[in-house]
Amino acid sequence: MAYSDKVIDHYEHPRNVGRLDDKADNVGTGMVGAPACGDVMRLQIQVDDNGIIEDAKFKTYGCGSAIASSSLLTEWVKGKSLDEAAQIKNTEIAEELALPPVKIHCSVLAEDAIKAAVKNIREKRGEEAEQAAG
Amino acid sequence: MKLPIYLDYSATCPVDPRVASKMAEQLTMEGNFGNPASRSHLYGWKAEEAVEEARRQVAELVNADPREIVWTSGATESDNLAIKGAAHFYQGRGKHIITSKIEHKAVLDTCRQLEREGFEVTYLNPKEDGIVYPEQVAEAMREDTILVSLMHVNNEIGVINDIAAIGELCRERKVIFHVDAAQSPGKIEIDLAEMKVDLMSFSAHKIYGPKGIGALYVRRKPRVRLEAQMHGGGHERGMRSGTLPTHQIVGMGEAFRIAKEEMADEAKRILALRDRFWSQISDMEEVHINGSAEQRVPGNLNVSFAFVEGESLIMSLKDLAISSGSACTSASLEPSYVLRALGVNDELAHSSLRFSFGRFTTEQDVDTAAKEVRKAVEKLRELSPLWDMYKDGVDLSTIEWAAH
Repeated sequence: MAYSDKVIDHYEHPRNVGRLDDKADNVGTGMVGAPACGDVMRLQIQVDDNGIIEDAKFKTYGCGSAIASSSLLTEWVKGKSLDEAAQIKNTEIAEELALPPVKIHCSVLAEDAIKAAVKNIREKRGEEAEQAAG
Repeated sequence: MKLPIYLDYSATCPVDPRVASKMAEQLTMEGNFGNPASRSHLYGWKAEEAVEEARRQVAELVNADPREIVWTSGATESDNLAIKGAAHFYQGRGKHIITSKIEHKAVLDTCRQLEREGFEVTYLNPKEDGIVYPEQVAEAMREDTILVSLMHVNNEIGVINDIAAIGELCRERKVIFHVDAAQSPGKIEIDLAEMKVDLMSFSAHKIYGPKGIGALYVRRKPRVRLEAQMHGGGHERGMRSGTLPTHQIVGMGEAFRIAKEEMADEAKRILALRDRFWSQISDMEEVHINGSAEQRVPGNLNVSFAFVEGESLIMSLKDLAISSGSACTSASLEPSYVLRALGVNDELAHSSLRFSFGRFTTEQDVDTAAKEVRKAVEKLRELSPLWDMYKDGVDLSTIEWAAH
């Protein structure tokens, strides 16, 4: 199967691989997917006092497109507010990486991962109300 | 060394140069181009002679009578002709067929078609080692069973069924026994004078012959009858009409001749290569062989690398031509149905690779391949959240995953 140059670049040189302390108050973790389906993403974000994402790390079990989607996402979320990050759409990821139709689910998973990470950090910061309102 | 290194001999083989040169002699005006069915001139007679010589060569490898060999376009057609042909001919006796869940699609989809026509099919589940045992077949037998169709060697995991024993119990009950032997000739011995097999499918391209040609063995004593699926000029005693492709047939004959001559030495050499490869990766953590390690053809190794997904592994291994057990490239996201039937969990099934070694594989090839595999698995495990969890002592089966 032909991968786009961007997928190959992220796959061969994944950005921000690693893990943050998921117990820390300023770290949000999103773990989505299932091994049985062939992909699991763990995306973690670290926010500063102003709620701006200052660091992001990922690890992904999955195909090249899944790895590239999560790698790209870590680049995109850095410097964004939680609201901005939660608004990233899978279609933007799919478009940037030129994912073929059978790989769209990889970008959907990445969107789910950032949403889950944002939800997690908001819960830790006691911001459920704001999230419900937003 | 030619890159990528070809380790996908179970998918297809390059044509042996000796086969290619024989084939080339059957094509041009100067060569043996005639129609083997032409009875009125020398061109036809010569072509017929070449076809009959090839029929002998194919028959000799499997110890059959040349008159029991029917040319087809390949193992898929042979499977179709055998299963539909026998089911249609013998449906007066009953409408029950037995096969297994890990057959090739050529058998499974043919059985599905017969189900739509009103036949009933039992799909046996192999044991964990990938083998369908004779007692399972015996248990599934019914009064109205007319046909059993099982593969000799599985294409994905390379395990060998005991077709001699299954043949005995089919014969006792006068049930027709078809064996899909696309993967076994030239790799393990087949003796059709001894084995009670009624129909056997062969392919040329899995044994260093050309693609597009195969054969169906149809037993004469006791005689097995088939309803033709392809109608026309009445070639191949009416069982399969269509002008015989002399060059393809001669290629298949030569490939089977070479196999008979070289099979004993070749099997030893290829087994040594597989062992050499395995010895260089088997010390890694959580690496598992799928299917029986013993009852397996020499050239096949199907391995799961836990916590690493097969498609990304293949992407890392761009210098190796291998197959993945994960069908993630299709929209279904389904891992291999063969591995699932063995009870391999989905996660390990997604993590599997099939390495198949063959005539032109060298020691240098397997050493390079083993190094590349190690490197790729280690790299991807560093990227894998599942590997982290495993290392932290988390039992992945206890986690509730959100399936998507």
